[in-house]
Amino acid sequence: MRGLADLYLQQLKTGVASMLQYRATLLIWLIGNILEPLIYLVVWSTVSRSIGGSVGGYGARDFAAYYIVLMLVNQVSFTWVMYEFDYRIREGAFSAVLLHPVHPIHADIAENLSSKVVSLPFIVAAAAGLTAVFHPAFKLTLGMVAAFVPALALAFLVRFLVDWTVALAAFWTTRVTAINQIHFMAVLFFSGQIAPLTVLPRPLQVVATVLPFRWTVGFPVELVLGRLTRAQVLTGFAAQGAWLLAAALLLKFAWRVSVKKYSAVGA
Amino acid sequence: MRLLRLLWVFLRVGVMGEAAYPANFLAHLLDSALELGTALAGLALIFAHTATLGGWRSDELVALVGVYFLVGGVIGLVIQPGMEQLTESVRDGTLDFTLTKPEDAQLLVSVWRVEIWKMIDVGLGFVVLAISLTRLGERVGIPQAAAFAAALIAGGVIVYSFWLILATTAFWLVRVENILVIFQSVYEAGRWPVSIYPGWLRFALTFLVPVAFAITVPAQALAGRLTWGVLLGAAGFAAVLFVAARVFWRTGIRHYSSASS
Repeated sequence: MRGLADLYLQQLKTGVASMLQYRATLLIWLIGNILEPLIYLVVWSTVSRSIGGSVGGYGARDFAAYYIVLMLVNQVSFTWVMYEFDYRIREGAFSAVLLHPVHPIHADIAENLSSKVVSLPFIVAAAAGLTAVFHPAFKLTLGMVAAFVPALALAFLVRFLVDWTVALAAFWTTRVTAINQIHFMAVLFFSGQIAPLTVLPRPLQVVATVLPFRWTVGFPVELVLGRLTRAQVLTGFAAQGAWLLAAALLLKFAWRVSVKKYSAVGA
Repeated sequence: MRLLRLLWVFLRVGVMGEAAYPANFLAHLLDSALELGTALAGLALIFAHTATLGGWRSDELVALVGVYFLVGGVIGLVIQPGMEQLTESVRDGTLDFTLTKPEDAQLLVSVWRVEIWKMIDVGLGFVVLAISLTRLGERVGIPQAAAFAAALIAGGVIVYSFWLILATTAFWLVRVENILVIFQSVYEAGRWPVSIYPGWLRFALTFLVPVAFAITVPAQALAGRLTWGVLLGAAGFAAVLFVAARVFWRTGIRHYSSASS
């Protein structure tokens, strides 16, 4: 356990140093992660203003609050492992990683966290700027903020494990872009990014409850905005826990069968 | 029409290069179809709640998505690959070779790389436009079609000049490929009419990253909502930007010292 902690500390340090070198890449991700919620914020507040009321329980200023928080949550939980995996396997760069004595996911988590550490001040500044522009209707309570922290941590873990498992598809096919695209679509619609889940048609809401994506983005957002009843909050934590377990088992199994497929192209 | 002749040659070379990988066609078709499906599903979701978005009806926004795919396809087909190659050549000094050719160098670097699969996006854009036209029906007559064509050409010239200016900065800044990627990520904001954005963002999307002229203005023409003032403004801006890009390119070339010197 101590060894693992040392590993994380070291990876975090080198990760932060390397992120500061590749500032432009960081900036590109940041622009994307700010722009997308901003676009949907504008679209949905336009809709709610044009019908002169609320959509799925959200008025214009509620949408502003929803998407500003979503921007922060998404920034914490998003990953780019699928793009990384595509490159690693196509170019044979995975050979060296496989020789490491620890599971490669730890280095990936540490790298992801170090990038988040570097980008956090910028995303918080963006959130403050958008708050000044759009006058969101926040009503945060201490209890909700306290529950938000573990929900966010679980959201990060579940999303990381799910993304990592899906990214293993790169071991099986060199055409992962279609898989990534379908995964991206599922996240967009079922995580609460394209619209808050109460805005979706009823059947899609049911599907979203069963899939993991809602619990990695939409749930922490609705939680901290006080939109969930106590029972819904408990259900959400249960779903996060169940998905964490399921994703961990799935990942373990998928990793075992996938790594055997690796033929080290280019090595 | 040296431009068309050259473009035709490079398109043929592009097709020949990729014809060896026919399975790629299906893969790219699937990618583009999924992206289009996402865009249309998003519209369906929004118009389940409202009849208009910022004054645009659903058929008109479908037309806008068509323009988005069409223009995005053209950018991905020739403009982006060519400009990326340009920054690359400036960095490693292979631009020397291009400059010695008898053809105008700006013309050459504008069409010398073709990402042929983006033809699929162009095609899908046309299909979406055609479908939305049948639904917009009689409201689109000859004048609207002519205004649409003019706005589309002006928008294309603006986007091309903008990319050329960005890529030309490579003569001084050397590593600019990231600036080009940023344009790509901001282009997505053009999937919605810029009129719905707040003033500061609308300004940025009109003049800093000109997606408004490339997408919203042509779509406005189809919706019959384009005023003469906007169309003339777009044409004027296109002319100014084109000349500015040309002048900037000439200055850049003079500044180019080649990698080996």
